[in-house]
Amino acid sequence: MTPHIQSIIHPAGIEAARISHLWWVMFGICAFVWFAVAAATLIAIRRGRHAASAATDRQASFAVASAGVVSVIALVALLTQSVVTGRALDSIRTPDALRIQVTGNQWWWDVQYENPTPSLRVTTANEIHLPIGRPVAIDLLSNDVIHSFWIPSLQGKIDLIPGRLNEIWLQADKPGVYRGQCAEYCGAQHAKMAMVVVAEPPDDFERWLAANRASAPVPVTPEQERGKQVVERGPCAMCHTITGTLAGGHSAPDLTHIASRSSLAAGSLPNSPGYLAGWITDPQHIKPGNHMPPTGLNADELQAVLTYLETLK
Amino acid sequence: MTAHREAHPRLTENDPRLDADALERERRLLERTWAGGRGVIAWLSEVDHKAIGRRFIVTAFAFFALAGVLAALMRIQLARPENHFLSPDAYNQIFTMHGTTMMFLFAVPVVLAMGIYLVPLMIGARAMAFPRMLAYGYWMFLFGGIFLYVMFALNIGPDNGWFSYPPLAGPAYSYGKRGDVWAQLITFTEVSGLVVATCLVCTIFKLRTPGMSLNRMPLFVWAMLITSFMVIFAMPSIVISSTCLILDRLVATQFFNQAEGGDPLLWQHLFWFFGHPEVYIIFLPALGMMSEIISTAARRKVVGYMEMILSMTATAFIGFGVWVHHMFATGLPQFGVSFFTASSIMIVIPTAIQIFNWIATIWTARRLQITVPFLYAASFFFVFIVGGLTGVMLASVPLDRQVHDTYFVVAHFHYVLIGGSTFPLLGAIYFWFPKITGRMMGDRLGRISFWLLFAGFNLTFFPMHLLGLDGMPRRVYTYPGAMGWQGLNLLASAGALVIFVSLLVYLVNVAVSLRAGAVAGDNPWGAATLEWATSSPPPPYNFTPQPTVASREPLWHSELRPPAIVGLRPDDREVLVTYLLDAEPDHRYSMPGPSLWPFLAAIATSVMFVWSIFQAQGVVWGSIPVFITLVGWFWPTKGKARLERGVTGRLTARESVS
Repeated sequence: MTPHIQSIIHPAGIEAARISHLWWVMFGICAFVWFAVAAATLIAIRRGRHAASAATDRQASFAVASAGVVSVIALVALLTQSVVTGRALDSIRTPDALRIQVTGNQWWWDVQYENPTPSLRVTTANEIHLPIGRPVAIDLLSNDVIHSFWIPSLQGKIDLIPGRLNEIWLQADKPGVYRGQCAEYCGAQHAKMAMVVVAEPPDDFERWLAANRASAPVPVTPEQERGKQVVERGPCAMCHTITGTLAGGHSAPDLTHIASRSSLAAGSLPNSPGYLAGWITDPQHIKPGNHMPPTGLNADELQAVLTYLETLK
Repeated sequence: MTAHREAHPRLTENDPRLDADALERERRLLERTWAGGRGVIAWLSEVDHKAIGRRFIVTAFAFFALAGVLAALMRIQLARPENHFLSPDAYNQIFTMHGTTMMFLFAVPVVLAMGIYLVPLMIGARAMAFPRMLAYGYWMFLFGGIFLYVMFALNIGPDNGWFSYPPLAGPAYSYGKRGDVWAQLITFTEVSGLVVATCLVCTIFKLRTPGMSLNRMPLFVWAMLITSFMVIFAMPSIVISSTCLILDRLVATQFFNQAEGGDPLLWQHLFWFFGHPEVYIIFLPALGMMSEIISTAARRKVVGYMEMILSMTATAFIGFGVWVHHMFATGLPQFGVSFFTASSIMIVIPTAIQIFNWIATIWTARRLQITVPFLYAASFFFVFIVGGLTGVMLASVPLDRQVHDTYFVVAHFHYVLIGGSTFPLLGAIYFWFPKITGRMMGDRLGRISFWLLFAGFNLTFFPMHLLGLDGMPRRVYTYPGAMGWQGLNLLASAGALVIFVSLLVYLVNVAVSLRAGAVAGDNPWGAATLEWATSSPPPPYNFTPQPTVASREPLWHSELRPPAIVGLRPDDREVLVTYLLDAEPDHRYSMPGPSLWPFLAAIATSVMFVWSIFQAQGVVWGSIPVFITLVGWFWPTKGKARLERGVTGRLTARESVS
C-alpha cells in the first residue's frame, strides 16, 4: 500500500498540479529522446559490425549537425515550458491570502498564524491546518541551521535560512491529510523532522483556528491539577509554552493544544498516551541527539503530567 | 581478445635508418639513467610518471572500495523502514564519508591519475614536467586520504555532508573536530589537484614530441588539458571557501555567520562555483577515454575531431556558469535564476554533439569490435543519458524545487557520475591494462563483470527516481514504514549487492590477469596513438628512440614514417622541450631525478595541516619543517654539476631531428 501523502505526482493543490504537469511534459520529451538515442546506438552498433558503411565523414557530420539542431529545438521547448510554469506559479499571489509564519528549528517546526491583533495569533507546532481553495503565504525563518520547507502534495520547497526571510505561496484544493518533511540536511535528526498538513473546508478550518486561539483548559480533577504543577515547576516549563499557565519557554514546541495534534516529536510518533509517555521518559531513545533532555520524572509525576496533557485539546 | 594476435605497425622498431646495435646500446644507457633504484628509499623517491600514475590509480581505487563499503552499509540500513542497523550519528558520518571520498579521493584523483600515466606516453614524451612536484602531489593525496580515514576510525569523521553547509558545519552547530577534519581534507586534495593539473598542463604544452601540433593531439590529451585548466580555475574558489570555513571554526572569523554580518549563502555560491565544474572535471577525462576506446573499436578516427574539442571547451566554459542550479530552493530572485536555467540547459548541447559524433563513428565503423572496453563505452549511451536528461529536468526551477534534495537527485547524479565517468573509467582500465601491466585482462570475466554491473547499477539507482517522486528526501537515516517506500528501497539494496559482486569479479579479473593474463604485446587493440608504439609495460624512459608524428593517428599511418629523435643524451635525463602550438623543437632540458625531498615535504605539510586543526600554533611551528624540506628540495645541485660539464641545453635543428 502506498499512501502518496508526500508525492510530487499526486498533487492536492493548484501549484503542485502545475509542477506535476510540467513533470509529465518533461518526462514525455526526455523518454522520447532516450529511446531515440538508444535506438540510434543499437542500429549504429549493428551497422558498424556487419556492414562497411558507405557514408562519408561529410555525411556523418551533417547527420550530427542535424541531430544537434533537433536537440536545440527540443531544449528550447523544455525551457519555454519551464518558464511558462514558473510564471503560472507566481500568479497565485493575492493580498487577502492567509499568512502563516513557519520557523525551522533542530528538529521541529514552529507554526504561527499571523493576525494584526496579537491576541488572535495562533501558535502551534509540527502541524499546519489549511483552508482549501484559499491562497496561503508562508513566511519562512530559521532559528539555527538551514532547513527546507517542503510539502510535495502542495508546492515545491523553499529553504529556511537563518538571517533571511523567505516566502512560499501555496494552495490546497483537495481536502486530506498530507505530510511535509525537511528537505535540507540539518543535522543528527534531519530524518525525523516532518509535519502533518491538514487541508480542510474553510468552516472546519475556522473552527480549528478558534479552538487554538483559546488558552489551555483549566484543570478539573486533582490529578490534572497536579500534572499542571509538575509541568510548571518541573523541567518542562524551561522550554515549552502552555498559554494560560506559568509554562512559557520558547525553545521547544508550544503545548497549549498538544492533545489536538495527531503526531509527536515532529511527525516521528503517533500522538497517543503510550507514545507520549515513552517520549517524555526517554526522548533520546526515540530521536537520539535531539535537544529534549530526559525529564527524570517519577512514575507518579509522569502519570499526572500525561493526565494533564491529555486535556489540552 | 582476437585483437592482440594481429600484427600492427610499430613506429620505431623497423625504422631502417636506425642501426640495431646503436639502438641497443642507447637502450642500455637509458635504462641506467632513467630506472629507479631498489629498496624502500628508492621507492619513496620515485619520480617516474608511470609509477606515480599507477600508485595514484591503485590508491584511488582503494578509496573507491572503502566508499563502496560505506554505501553498502547505507543500503543495509535503508533496506527496511525504522531499521536500527546504524545509529543516526553513524549514518550521518557514513553518508558524508561516502560522498567526500567518492568526489575528493576517488573520482577526481583517478581521472587525473589516468592522465598522469597516459599523457606523456600519448604525446611521445620521456617524462612528465615537474616530476618531483608530481610525486609531492601523490603523497599529499595519499596522506590526506589516510588522515580522513584515521579520523573516521577515531569517530571524528565529518558528518555534515560532502558540501558541508554552514551554519550546520560552522562552530555553533558542529562541535568537536569533525567539521575541521572535512575542511582540512579538502585542503589536502586542493594541493594535490592543483599540483597535478599544473604538471599536466606544462607536460601537454611543452613536452609534446615534434610533429604533434595542438591539432594532432589525441582527444584524451585534449580532455586532460581542458580538465587541468578547469581544476586550476575551479580550485581557488574552494581554497577560499574551505579556508574561510576553517577560520570560522578555529579562530572565530565570521565569514558565514549571519549574526555577525557573515552570510551562509556565500558558502553555497563559493562551494558550487567549484562544485559544479568539479562534476565536469570528473566527466571530461571520461569523454576522452570514450573517444579513444570507441575510435579503436571502430577502427577509424572519431567523426568530427574539431567539434569534439570545441564541445569539450564549451562544456568547460559553460560549466562555470551553472552553479546556481544547486541553489534554486534558497529563494534567490526569479529573474536572476532563469539565466542559470538557460545555461544549465545549454550545457547539454556540447555533450549531445559529442554523443552524436560517437554514434556516427560507430555507425561508420570499419568492422566494429565489441570488446569489453567498448561495452563499457557503449553503456554510456544508455546510462549516462538518463542522468543527462534528468539533469535537464533539474535545470527547470519549478521542477527542481520539487525534486531537489530528494532521491530523484541521488538517482540523477549517480547516473551522471557512474554512467558518465565510472563506466568509461572501468572500460579504460580494461583497455589500458595491457599497456600498464603487459598482460590482457580476461575477456570472459570482463563480460560477466560488465553485465552484472550494468544490471546491478540500474537495479540500485533506477528505483531511486521513483522514491524521489514519491517524496523521499536524501540524507535520511531512516523512514517511517507508513510511507510505502520499503519495496523500492529493498530493490535498491538488492541492486547494491549485485554491484558488489560485479566489482568483486572485476577485482578477481585484475588479480588473475596480473599473474596469468595473456601476454599483450605492444599494441593488442590495434590502436592509433603513441602509447601503443612502445613496449608493454613501457620502459622507464618510455621510448627508444623518441618517435615523432606526422598525423593524428600515427600508428594507423605507417606510410607516413616520420623521423625518430636522436641527439638527446642517454646518460642524462634529457627531454626535448617543444613550442606550444606546433611542437617544433625548442631546447633540451634535463629532468630532475629521484628524490626523497617531495616525500619529506609532503610529510611536513601533512603534519602542519593536521596539527593546525588541533592547535592554532601548529601553523607557525609546523611551517618550519615545511620550510626546511622545501629548501632541501630546491637546493641547487644538479644545475651546478651541469654547468661544470658545460652543457648549455640549447638545441640546433640539425641536432634535434635526424
